[in-house]
Amino acid sequence: MQVTRRQFFRICAAGVGSSSLAALGFAPGEALAEVRAFKLARTTETRNTCPYCSVGCGLLMYSLGDNAKNTRGKIIHVEGDPDHPVNRGTLCPKGAGLLDFVNSPHRLQYPQYRAPGSKEWTRISWDDAFSRIARLMKDDRDKHFIAKNDKGETVNRWLSTGFLAASASSNETGYLTYKVVRSMGILGFDNQARV
Amino acid sequence: MALQSLDIKARSATTTPPPDVRARGAVPVAKLIDISKCIGCKACQVACMEWNDLRDEVGTNAGTYDNPRDLTAQSWTVMRFSEVEVEQDRLEWLIRKDGCMHCADPGCLKACPAPGAIVQYANGIVDFHEEHCIGCGYCITGCPFNIPRISQKDSKAYKCTLCSDRVAIGLEPACIKTCPTGALVFGTKDDMVLHAEGRIADLKERGYSHAALYDPKGVGGTHVMYVLQHGDKPELYANLPRDPSISPLVSLWKGVTKPLMSFGLGLAVFAGFFHYVTAGPKEVEEEEKTD
Repeated sequence: MQVTRRQFFRICAAGVGSSSLAALGFAPGEALAEVRAFKLARTTETRNTCPYCSVGCGLLMYSLGDNAKNTRGKIIHVEGDPDHPVNRGTLCPKGAGLLDFVNSPHRLQYPQYRAPGSKEWTRISWDDAFSRIARLMKDDRDKHFIAKNDKGETVNRWLSTGFLAASASSNETGYLTYKVVRSMGILGFDNQARV
Repeated sequence: MALQSLDIKARSATTTPPPDVRARGAVPVAKLIDISKCIGCKACQVACMEWNDLRDEVGTNAGTYDNPRDLTAQSWTVMRFSEVEVEQDRLEWLIRKDGCMHCADPGCLKACPAPGAIVQYANGIVDFHEEHCIGCGYCITGCPFNIPRISQKDSKAYKCTLCSDRVAIGLEPACIKTCPTGALVFGTKDDMVLHAEGRIADLKERGYSHAALYDPKGVGGTHVMYVLQHGDKPELYANLPRDPSISPLVSLWKGVTKPLMSFGLGLAVFAGFFHYVTAGPKEVEEEEKTD
């Protein structure tokens, strides 16, 4: 197609004119708009208890995927559990920010060991960690266990080791923890729930 | 069938009317902020950031509890702490959750020149659609509460959406759900007014004789309302405007200037056409044509 110089100017002028009219609001826009898609629609919902304090608020954790064999879940949202009698869906600022706590790059994910005097933490296996803890507990208990007091009464105390338990435990976990700790004679027994 | 989950009541810079048949059935919703119950824990701020995938920069301590110190494109709600001596020897710590008020007559939407960048849903939510935003900042001029913020990253305006994505499927906004003291309540606007009346009666019994609901008529009422212990002095709450209204600049620009401009444009086109008819096209010399 042959376009002369003057025709070219006319086309340009017509284009600028019509697009200006549209820009000034003469072209009707469609009165439609959509909200952001609901991001939890087909996520997997899992109940849990907030790990922070002794109030023990109920949580709903939402993770990617539907738990099918080939999916790998990842928590993408945490909010309060409305059916939980403690918090009925509410959460404090710490609980409301749990997503970044769960996915924190600084989170400890495996046992580490620091030798006496050393500055270095080294990663050890769970088996090594449990074996070492059991060994040290047994050695200490064998050495310091008090079966009878000065009057000759049976007391079965182990005073040189203490035990600190978690707050977000169920009644059943709490019962078992108590039985394990007391059956070894430990008296120094407290709970993170007092924080 | 609708192409959206919430019916539209108004849309910025749009002249065609929105589909309107079902609008009467939409229930107006409202958030009620009971300042007398707020302890300033900021769970609402955290829940807002978590739900809306916002992570603002970690700020610095400025000597007050305000953190962040102001609304930003990444912080759509902030707690404003005011230490006020309400009367002689009576200090009160007033904590106001600041954020979009979702006006029934939104100044931002009126001022916005970008088609579809700001919409008002039939349930009262005023929402920004950043994909249509041109970053001009007129919404800030139009807002009587100084709420919208332009992002430094993408030069688009952001503010509270009242969690329109949650409300659209029948859930309450994230801040409402998390509030541990029940200072934030969500429901239909009628129910929230009723709830506020009960709270105000209770506050009056406790000696706050001027307790009142903040639902300013200057912007047609709002879909975010406050219960104020000192309803006669809203300024005490970090300068909450007593009688907010849309800046006259907006009505001047949109009301008078726009038709005048359109008229001028039409006049120019008409004058050009008239000149063409009377004076004819410009004669062109032969040598110029061969350029």
